[in-house]
Amino acid sequence: MALALGTAALMLMSSLLVLALPYLRRSIELTRLGLSERADHKRFALVEEYDPGRELRAEQRARALLRSCVNEEDWSMYSELGFLRVWGTLEAQPYGYLIYPHKPILAYVPFTNHMLGEYCVEFPDRTRPFGSTRLPDSDDVLAKWIALTADERALIEQANMHLAGRQIRIAKARRDLLCLACWERERGESRGRAPRRAGSVPAL
Amino acid sequence: MKLLRVKPGHGEVVLAEGDVAVPEQYSELLAVFSRELDAGLWAAVPTSTRTGRREAELVRSFEDVPADAERVIFFPRAAGGS
Repeated sequence: MALALGTAALMLMSSLLVLALPYLRRSIELTRLGLSERADHKRFALVEEYDPGRELRAEQRARALLRSCVNEEDWSMYSELGFLRVWGTLEAQPYGYLIYPHKPILAYVPFTNHMLGEYCVEFPDRTRPFGSTRLPDSDDVLAKWIALTADERALIEQANMHLAGRQIRIAKARRDLLCLACWERERGESRGRAPRRAGSVPAL
Repeated sequence: MKLLRVKPGHGEVVLAEGDVAVPEQYSELLAVFSRELDAGLWAAVPTSTRTGRREAELVRSFEDVPADAERVIFFPRAAGGS
């Protein structure tokens, strides 16, 4: 008797499942559609909030602020090479950092150009004006420069350290260091010469 | 003295400007300074060493700001990135 009842219950359940399957499928589809519409709406909203002109103006202001804070040589380095070098002060051995906008700070040893590691650090603005936490490029560089020159140890402790080559390719970093050496040599040579009056283009 | 804040999509924004020697302006500068620090921002004063090398100094209270400072720059607190 019990076996018969159990079998009947199983049959009933499987029949109900077969009957309910199309409805279940439909409700899953509807849920998926709703989620994707919501994501699309969010994506469109972000695209609408992005204004390239506004970002460009913000970057120009950020460059002017950076220029007013760092040394003339550092500004030339950044405007011509796209990164800034800051010397480390925590160790007796000489070492330096390369600061790139919105990329990790790269520690290296001069002369050998040995890469020590990447320090990943961000300065997210939680107020999210215009929906983004991301500072203009030059403001990001300025924030890193301020933090490194003011309190190197605190910044390094705050950052997540990774092996060199994780985000900035070692070949690129070596090329940048080579460019930096050439750039410094040229500046050293040009200091000895009379200033050029024609053909020179002032940095932004 | 100018209190500046760097912001996404803006660049620098002037939050307040005034003379610390004038009591009313000092109060306004102090209020804005405290508000930004309470909001979790870091404050820095660009400085120069004796050799003329430019640096920056993080300040944690308005009293730490050098009297002759022209600008205080507020920027978001550092966080470990990925």
